[in-house]
Amino acid sequence: MEKRNNLKAWLYLAPLLILMGIFIFYPLINAFYISILEEYRPLAPGGATATGYTLSNFARILNDELFWQAIKNTFVVAFISVPISILISLVIAVSLNSIPKLKALYQTVFFLPYVTNAIAIGMAFAFMFHKDYGLINLMLSWLGIDPVNWVGNVATWWAQMGALLVYTIWGGLAFKILVFTSGLQNIDKQYYDAAKIDSASKWTVFRRITVPLLSPFILYISITSMIGALKAYRTVIGLFGERLGAQQNSMITIVAYVYKYRSAYQDVSAISYAASAAIILFFITVVFSLIQGVVSRKRVHY
Amino acid sequence: MEIKMENLTKVFVAKDKSEVRAVDNVSLTIPSGKLIGLLGPSGCGKSTTLYLLAGLLRQNDGKIYFEEDEVSNTPPEKRGIGLVFQNYALYPHMTVRENILFPLQNLKVEAELAKQKTVEMARLVGLESMLDRKPKELSGGQQQRVAIARALVKTPRVLLLDEPLSNLDARLRLQTREEIKRIQRETQITTVFVTHDQEEAMSISDEIVVMKDGVIQQMGAPQDVYDDPSNLFVAKFLGNPQINVFDGVIKGKKIYINDMVVGKSKLPDGEVLIGIRPEGFIVDQEKKSPFKFNIDLVSTIGRDTTLIVDLPSESDNILDKKSFKAIVDAMLRIQSGDEIHFIVRPEKMFLFNMEGERLE
Ligand SMILES: Nc1ncnc2c1ncn2[C@@H]1O[C@H](COP(=O)(O)OP(=O)(O)OP(=O)(O)O)[C@@H](O)[C@H]1O
Ligand SMILES: [Mg+2]
Repeated sequence: MEKRNNLKAWLYLAPLLILMGIFIFYPLINAFYISILEEYRPLAPGGATATGYTLSNFARILNDELFWQAIKNTFVVAFISVPISILISLVIAVSLNSIPKLKALYQTVFFLPYVTNAIAIGMAFAFMFHKDYGLINLMLSWLGIDPVNWVGNVATWWAQMGALLVYTIWGGLAFKILVFTSGLQNIDKQYYDAAKIDSASKWTVFRRITVPLLSPFILYISITSMIGALKAYRTVIGLFGERLGAQQNSMITIVAYVYKYRSAYQDVSAISYAASAAIILFFITVVFSLIQGVVSRKRVHY
Repeated sequence: MEIKMENLTKVFVAKDKSEVRAVDNVSLTIPSGKLIGLLGPSGCGKSTTLYLLAGLLRQNDGKIYFEEDEVSNTPPEKRGIGLVFQNYALYPHMTVRENILFPLQNLKVEAELAKQKTVEMARLVGLESMLDRKPKELSGGQQQRVAIARALVKTPRVLLLDEPLSNLDARLRLQTREEIKRIQRETQITTVFVTHDQEEAMSISDEIVVMKDGVIQQMGAPQDVYDDPSNLFVAKFLGNPQINVFDGVIKGKKIYINDMVVGKSKLPDGEVLIGIRPEGFIVDQEKKSPFKFNIDLVSTIGRDTTLIVDLPSESDNILDKKSFKAIVDAMLRIQSGDEIHFIVRPEKMFLFNMEGERLE
């Protein structure tokens, strides 16, 4: 009986497993394979060729200054944008929840970025950050701050990164707010009544009741947005175009690095370099997800 | 601390614009240090009254005083009340210790003292050994005691309990009831205890307040209210088995049920409703009383025998059939089919007009 049920279960799962095999596992394994091929020529006349297996592709990119630039940029984006955007979206979600009448309107407003093309918005942002005509510098001038060159040719690394961070954070808010507001709706209102009776201040309620009770949602969002941030690419293209920065490649990310070599597929081993970088990114992502899972296990309340 | 409500009114407006007067012009004084049972059927406005006192709801009209201070517009956190919710509302992510500690931390009680008070309070409710458990690792009764501890630890001026025993089994309910009573006596905190269980209210309260449709029907010591109900609703609500209600008439200073005399009255002639408590029937062994029936059902439990009598009626429909219950001494060995003459104790009989208002 048990066995028959098992067989049935496998049968039901089969279509999904086959699709996953084709579209997830095969590309992943293939990427591994390509990353260890020596002198791989995918377009050689008469079919792809390689001279053997090697780890030199990894060695080559690990010795590439540009790769380390990509790692640095990616990490800075991830470690700054993720916590800040979670905090901002939490605060917005909680505020939205306390003004039920305007909630629908604001939810739409905050959700707009989610349904709008990232590249288009990137161009708008690039203009907002323009040194002479941009909105940001105009607002800074009201505060008596000198105009900053955010995205121009001579912009400093931190200025570019600042612009990139603002854009990344803003673009990620919508989804987070949506998840948090639906999470808030699941919290029994009675806990808030109890907290009032217990004389808790607004801040205490946020810190000791809302955040812990939302913690499963916060964990979910922090893992997914960490993964998303480690894969940052669209934002860089949107803001800086194909130059990937105010100076050539100054804002390059790991995925952008992968893409750069993938585009150079005619060159010997270029695809293998791209695959190696992708594999390294894969392991970085796995490691961070595991760390987050372990760290949060103690702090998440289900 | 004495609590005074003056013409307190709370109106809820539903989505379809219909209005519910959940609390309707309630004026009530709760004496200091007493345990008051707020009693009434589901939906009569008990929880609403409690939430008004707590400040979680704002009244549409009327005033609330704690002693001399008007608190009508004071937010809940400043009223200094302890509230045990109908379903406890313990913080699920905090341990028992953290739950009890939480109000003290908010009131900025010094850390050592707060810790000490928490342990003391846990001891008072018998949960010392469970301080580090989460609420979901506790039984319903234990959770309820945590809720009481959390409400009491800040030594509130008023303790409000919203049907705190409704989730407990019969034995635990009895036990916790005694415990609440004991804690209340020890702490002398003015307490309002909401329930829809009349027996619970009668056994625990110094005074009971009976409510219906947002309006207070009667207030007084449990036995006084039972012995002297001010209307038919109160008479029916208190007592188990319920009071028997007969259609009767008064003619020439005498009270008749089905043309049989059951007592005397000074009231003018006319139709009345007659309530007789089941324990108000005495079996007339000399068979002289004209108030007599054939017994239909007899059930004896211990000392008492319950007699059930179907009243004669013109209609054949069973739904129109009326019966009454009398509780008599089991020693009488009455059997079904016996013809029994009853004498009615005058103090167990109440007369009401057709609107259910008490006469006399
Ligand atoms: N938030 C609300 N909105 C609209 N109507 C409400 C609201 N809260 C309560 N009511 C109505 O007010 C009346 C009194 O409700 P309340 O909760 O005080 O009853 P209760 O006596 O506590 O009943 P129970 O014994 O079932 O808990 C009910 O008719 C209820 O439908
Ligand atoms: Mg209620």
